[in-house]
Amino acid sequence: MIKIEESTSAIVSEFDIFDDWMDKYNYLIELGKSLPLIDEKFKVESNLIEGCQSRVWLHAEFDGTNIHFTADSDAVITKGIANLLIRAYSGHTPQEILDSSTEFLNEIGLTQHLSPTRSNGLLSMIKQVKMYALAYKTKQAMG
Amino acid sequence: MNTKQDIATLNMDIDKIRSEFPILGRSVHNKPLVYFDNAATTQKPQVVIDALVDYYTNLNSNVHRGVHFLSQQATTAFEEAREKIRKFLNARYNYEIIYTRGCTESINLVAGSWGRANIHAGDEILITALEHHSNIVPWQMLCEEKGAKLKVCPILEDGSLDMAALSQMLTTAVRLVAVTHISNTLGTINPVKEITRMAHEKGIVVLIDGAQALSHMKVDVQDIGCDFYAFSGHKVYGPMGIGGLYGREEVLNAMPPYQGGGEMIRSVTFEKTIYNELPFKFEAGTPNVGDAIGFGVALDYISNIGLDQIAAREHELLAYATERFKGDPLIRIIGNAPEKASLISFMIDKIHPYDAGTIIDQFGIAVRTGTHCTQPLMDSLGIPGTIRASFAFYNTREEIDKLMEAISKVEELFL
Repeated sequence: MIKIEESTSAIVSEFDIFDDWMDKYNYLIELGKSLPLIDEKFKVESNLIEGCQSRVWLHAEFDGTNIHFTADSDAVITKGIANLLIRAYSGHTPQEILDSSTEFLNEIGLTQHLSPTRSNGLLSMIKQVKMYALAYKTKQAMG
Repeated sequence: MNTKQDIATLNMDIDKIRSEFPILGRSVHNKPLVYFDNAATTQKPQVVIDALVDYYTNLNSNVHRGVHFLSQQATTAFEEAREKIRKFLNARYNYEIIYTRGCTESINLVAGSWGRANIHAGDEILITALEHHSNIVPWQMLCEEKGAKLKVCPILEDGSLDMAALSQMLTTAVRLVAVTHISNTLGTINPVKEITRMAHEKGIVVLIDGAQALSHMKVDVQDIGCDFYAFSGHKVYGPMGIGGLYGREEVLNAMPPYQGGGEMIRSVTFEKTIYNELPFKFEAGTPNVGDAIGFGVALDYISNIGLDQIAAREHELLAYATERFKGDPLIRIIGNAPEKASLISFMIDKIHPYDAGTIIDQFGIAVRTGTHCTQPLMDSLGIPGTIRASFAFYNTREEIDKLMEAISKVEELFL
């Protein structure tokens, strides 16, 4: 399994190729369209993330070692962002996720470029990813 | 478009007008700003900005209290602004105009003062499906506190109010009708004079949420006949943080104060406080003097251009945009009431409004996306939200053409 930092720096280089933001959005849209489907039964109220203008569902499963994320949204760009987060964080241990930096989102320019409401949705998604990691770490520690 | 409106528009020097709004000269994402979010807030002409700077540079002092020169000058300017608002709305007396922070506070003032004194268990408050959260939540809170019931008048398919339903819902249990003059989401202009007449026949008090109306049309509160009319300065080219409530003298006089503090009292002992007269009874604390003066200047500014001219210009922009939108089979206009203000809510096929808005922003075009603080309305229409382009008289056909280009790009990217 590649490390979170390797995934995130790969993501940063992919975005570096594009000069203007329309191309970056185009790429995000492609990522959104190719986001693996979430099981419909996980698109429930309890998986909805607050703070985003579009609806975002984030589902987490823990296999005892790693956390696996799936997500969906009714907006394509949001799905693209979810795809990036899943690529970075899914399949890693709670500790790895908790230790990881979110700096790559600044490097891409996502946090500055997206409007505050959208940006909040992004930050809410990250917060939720980290919350799951913390919850599963606690669960692990308690045996 | 009739001849009169054509002439009215011809008389408007758009380049000159645009140059009077400094922000319209800036760029966004390296493109000239196209500002189509006027229903959220309008831009400010230089004269308003200058008035604010002048106030803080030359006039700043507390009003109604000091005998010193500055205080008297500031008081005069503050009260002159109130008189400008009175004249603009054609209220009978200047003390029927109460300064507030904006439309939302005005509605809360009525709910908190008139409502708490007059609404009792079992009473009903009638609103409409078109209301902004600001004209829903204060009444919900009041109903909850009093054990009263909030009823909602439905709309027809085209987005206009179901007047037959409204008539039926005006029962003897209804104490207040609170209705928007213009829907911020669909642009529907409601027949508020007719609604007021129907309600008054049954002795029901009427509040009009005028947030969207003042910038688009001549509002005459005496002609409408309503008991309350709430409005915001920032939606009429004035500063943020200032607005007002018009209330009929008889109704205002019978109301208890809203907040306690300085200014709203005549005399205070620890045993008994005598409240001040109108409008000060409802203006506790140091008021927002600078912004009130700026508000007055904004009203002068649009009065000089002429509300008829502004309305004609905006109708022309609306007609042009509607025609362009109808030429695109993928665009669905939400809200087609016969009487409509200059805004269009729309969806592009099944594209989420937020996706569309994000790309449109890349063109330097400011539109609003989402539920526009009318979540119940969106739920009743069964859509997640809309994209809303709202036009002011300083907008141009060329800007609408740019929006169409951006929409083409959205379609190319998402479909």
